[in-house]
Amino acid sequence: MALYFTPLVSRLSGCHRGNFTRNCGSCYRACTLDFTSVLSQGASRSGDGSTSQTDRWLGDRDRGRLVLRGASVTSPAAARRPAASSGQPSQQARSLWQQLPRQLPPRTSPLSAKMAASCVRTVGSFLGKCMTCSSSINTVATQVLLSRQVCVSSALCRKNLAAAGPEKFTLEYIQKQVEEYEIGKRHLANMMGEDPENFTQEDIDRSITYLFPSGLFEKTARPLMKHPDEIFPKQRAVQWGADGRPFHFLFYTGKQSYYSLMHDLYGKILKIEKHQDRLRAKGLFSQDAQLISLGPSRWLTKEELELLLVETISTHDYDRFIKLMEHMLCMPYSSTEEEFVQRYRRLLEAQSLKQLVPLLEKDENGVAFSTAEGRRKTSDSSVILRDCGSGHITVNGQDYLQYFPVLQDREQLMFPLQFMGVLGRFNLECKVSGGGRSSQAGALRLAISRALLSFLSEGDGEAMRQAGLLTPDPRVRERKKPGQEGARRKFTWKKR
Amino acid sequence: MLHKCVALKSDALTEFGVCSKDLSVSILMSLTCVSFQACHSETHIGQYYTLPSAHIRTLFPSGLPWRYQQQVKTFNEACIMVRQPSLEVISYLKKTDYSKPALRYLFYGQKGTGKTISLCHAVHFCYTQGWLVLHIPDAHQWVKNCKELLPSSYNASRFDQPLQATTWLRNFRLTNERFLSKIKTKHRYMWTKREFTEEGSLLGELVDQGISRVKSSSDVVGAVMKELRLQSGQPGSDFHLAVAVDGVNGLWGRSTIKKEDKSVDPEELTLIYNLRKLMRNDWTGGAIIATLSQTGSLYTPKSAYLPQELLGERGFDSMDPFIPVSVPNYSEKEFESCCLYYMDRHWLQHPQSRTEEGKKELVFLSNKNPSMLDRICGFL
Repeated sequence: MALYFTPLVSRLSGCHRGNFTRNCGSCYRACTLDFTSVLSQGASRSGDGSTSQTDRWLGDRDRGRLVLRGASVTSPAAARRPAASSGQPSQQARSLWQQLPRQLPPRTSPLSAKMAASCVRTVGSFLGKCMTCSSSINTVATQVLLSRQVCVSSALCRKNLAAAGPEKFTLEYIQKQVEEYEIGKRHLANMMGEDPENFTQEDIDRSITYLFPSGLFEKTARPLMKHPDEIFPKQRAVQWGADGRPFHFLFYTGKQSYYSLMHDLYGKILKIEKHQDRLRAKGLFSQDAQLISLGPSRWLTKEELELLLVETISTHDYDRFIKLMEHMLCMPYSSTEEEFVQRYRRLLEAQSLKQLVPLLEKDENGVAFSTAEGRRKTSDSSVILRDCGSGHITVNGQDYLQYFPVLQDREQLMFPLQFMGVLGRFNLECKVSGGGRSSQAGALRLAISRALLSFLSEGDGEAMRQAGLLTPDPRVRERKKPGQEGARRKFTWKKR
Repeated sequence: MLHKCVALKSDALTEFGVCSKDLSVSILMSLTCVSFQACHSETHIGQYYTLPSAHIRTLFPSGLPWRYQQQVKTFNEACIMVRQPSLEVISYLKKTDYSKPALRYLFYGQKGTGKTISLCHAVHFCYTQGWLVLHIPDAHQWVKNCKELLPSSYNASRFDQPLQATTWLRNFRLTNERFLSKIKTKHRYMWTKREFTEEGSLLGELVDQGISRVKSSSDVVGAVMKELRLQSGQPGSDFHLAVAVDGVNGLWGRSTIKKEDKSVDPEELTLIYNLRKLMRNDWTGGAIIATLSQTGSLYTPKSAYLPQELLGERGFDSMDPFIPVSVPNYSEKEFESCCLYYMDRHWLQHPQSRTEEGKKELVFLSNKNPSMLDRICGFL
């Protein structure tokens, strides 16, 4: 099962420092502890191709060792272990590295191989847990390497790695990850005693939080197990064949997906115009026919479009794309291409539909009332709004004039009622605790607005939401950082 | 004693709070009545009553609240709203039998509801009826911030406060000018070895003695109080005594005056001691009107406003029995009247303050508390 851990773990394994300078985001998730696949892949790749690639894969120490010691293995632990008999694993390994050079296109630089190289040192102790074939693979790899080894200085090696850009994953690697994920999912379901067939992602999340409880505050730093498609960023497969000829006709534009999209879009526009001409010829053309009804939706943002096309585009490109789409939408009879357009639109959810309206209850006197709670900073409040008609307000048993002597706090209490124009109508019974005077007033205001929702219509509720009365204020006290006097304030700078 | 009041339409009063659009400037403003009696009846609640400026200068050299004094200066007139508590006390004052011991009336209520103004209203009524007014503007001033403290010449265990005593005597002289030449002392007072006041001398002389001889002013105050107390109910005297004390809970509270790092008990202060004697209802022919005040009081919680809480055990026992008069916030009618008064005086400039929604906002923000409303309207 491939379980992805944070750089904390990966730092221990030593693979994170210095090698992966850029794509820390993807590397977080991809630091896999699955050493078997890593090692096997690393071993297989080491048998291939040009000397420059072998330099990239192995660390300096290993290279040195190889040159000096000859047939010795990469790690002392592996050396102590007797080489496994040439049973099935080694044969499998040999067949792997023999096959791969033909399949492997020249441009890939696998992440796992790098990891294998640096992990090898520390992983020596783990080898015992892994399959024993790994040691034999290593010996095979080193023997193969000897013939192709060229000594290159470590500085050059490091520079090359830095310029390599974000790490790329091969298709096989991703597929392997997917298989492992599926298998791991079934294992996890068995472990938790649930049905492996109907084990959903939510169940997986639940189980992982149960098995690996983490006290980390940053949710994204906690252990997770998700489908590899969600973790590994989408990468372009190789764009040209074995003969070096690119597959796509727009490859040499540099932004083939974007230009092909524009090409398709323009094709659609021409199609619509042709359709219009045909209708005009038949005499059935009408100007105000069938524009696309899009519903509450928005265009894809530039980032989303980049994700979709798996390629970077500039803002100008994006603007041109949107303009062309808009142009197409304005044409009559564009509803024929509705499906194409909807692919590039996202639905907007009406925020007010998400609002929880508190229940309207009736107490023993037949007076309708509703209860709601509110929070602000560290204050908690709860309000009971009664439809009495007197405008009497109590806070924590005290008159609100005594509790909030400052005018500003009373204005905060007044805001929701005044906005809706129901000032003298309701009786408020408020309870508030924690925080200071301003945060208590803010918490009460939120609670009053929420309680008021049950007495008002939907349109009024929407108006309140737009006025910002129903939004809980997310601002909390920022923590003090070490090396500074406060959250932002630095210590006094002294020249000497 | 005639004094000016401007006439008001009483039928307009019944429409209060219903449709304020009809009630324009013709409403409120002050009352015009020929005599005082006609001005103060139940139907006049909510209307404004103008105090003549001459009276203000004599009666209240320092008796009115600070903000109200500023308002008087701004509006160039002193208008008091006729409200239920002061009407009640005035009606009692009209009906009492003055051969019985003096009754004690106590105004109490939340902060800013108008206790001091009610007291001043009652005091003004007494003044217009020709009574002798003994008004202590704030008893708390006598138990804190004392700059000079002298050991008393009369009693070694007590302390004198010459500055406060002289200020008070000056105000007393200003207020009760006409009585000073009428009342005669019944006892002989010895101030020092050589100075003394003979029996039968005028009260005015006694007061002058206190003002000129600062050292013995506290004792003079005590003497004045004693004389008035003894003489007020007597068949020979033709005056009634009205004792008005604002912040009466200060007499039985604690004090922050320190003598050689030892805090002084209010009992050890001459002024307080004599005032306490005056507050006892063992004299006839007058009334005692008092107010509780948390604002100036020392070592009392902010939420305390009831007599038991503010007076404490000792104070309550000494004041008992008294007639408590609660002073609440404005009612709907009174609130409307106040808003109309401000609008009439062009104090409310903001256009929205004239609308119904604006009024509702003011009601909410001030909770119909007079002082709060005054503060809010100050910047509108």
